[in-house]
Amino acid sequence: MKSAVITFPGSNCDRDAVDALQQTGARVQRIWHQETKIDDNLDLIIVPGGFSYGDYLRYGAMAAISPVRIEVKRLAEKGVRVLGICNGFQILTEAGLLPGVLTRNKKMKFICRTMNLRVENTNSAFTNKYNKHQLIRVPIAHMDGNYFADSATLKKLEDTNSIALRYVNENGNLTDEANPNGSLLNIAGIFNEKKNVLGMMPHPERAIDLDNGSSDGLILFHSLLN
Amino acid sequence: MKIRILISLKKGVLDTQGKAIEGSLQKNLGFAQISQVRQGKVVELEIAETNPAKIKEIVDEICDKLLVNKIIEDYSYEDISSPVGSNALRSGAQQLRNEGE
Repeated sequence: MKSAVITFPGSNCDRDAVDALQQTGARVQRIWHQETKIDDNLDLIIVPGGFSYGDYLRYGAMAAISPVRIEVKRLAEKGVRVLGICNGFQILTEAGLLPGVLTRNKKMKFICRTMNLRVENTNSAFTNKYNKHQLIRVPIAHMDGNYFADSATLKKLEDTNSIALRYVNENGNLTDEANPNGSLLNIAGIFNEKKNVLGMMPHPERAIDLDNGSSDGLILFHSLLN
Repeated sequence: MKIRILISLKKGVLDTQGKAIEGSLQKNLGFAQISQVRQGKVVELEIAETNPAKIKEIVDEICDKLLVNKIIEDYSYEDISSPVGSNALRSGAQQLRNEGE
């Protein structure tokens, strides 16, 4: 698999994403956000977590108009897989590659905690090695992960099976208590309609080693090898 | 022309910062008469343009492309080039100064 990880000023999970990809044997190139040409033969582009442009104005807003955005959009429309993690998810919504927007956590706090997630749709390049409704443990680390969209958008996400991951309790049930940030429908991650773009607030690249608590995120990277 | 753009969260969108400010004003400072606090953003900028229609076009475009996320935010703007006119905030401050003198 040929993959690339983009770095913006303020990205801080780009090297972790490279490590995770390399563990699966993928070839990884790193791309600076000022690039105006990206290799057409890529299978995957990762927009990593961090605080691009210091989160100024709105989280992800400045990165979403970086020069590299035009290429990411072009390749995404061609069908290349694009994975946005945390700040990367915020960037993809701001860039219009995914619907809705991430807003401040309901309780105004930065939350860094391993969460129980339920895999809602396994029929995608990102999730095909998970079992349907598999319960996985992956950490979150954000202040602005409260997913918001209007009711028509939410309905469309449900109707097109575009909700990828939801926050659940340890029994796999959707509850308010299991929702860390106030996200509508307990949404932790969503696909675009074609399912080649995934945005998620949890960090799969931080869950690739049992010694660090969980390797459930590694399954996502292995899914991408299929 | 100097322009001030006011960006606010749409009605119905949870304003966590506004809620926190409201709680502090009511509970910690005792302003029981204050409610409905909403926090927004102010962006001031210069546009080398004097035609109001052209300015509206530019403001609408920059709000659309960067400054505003229309899913959750609304915006308005005002001309703050002249010391009088629509500049309510500055004229308010001026009035206070005059009263002080």
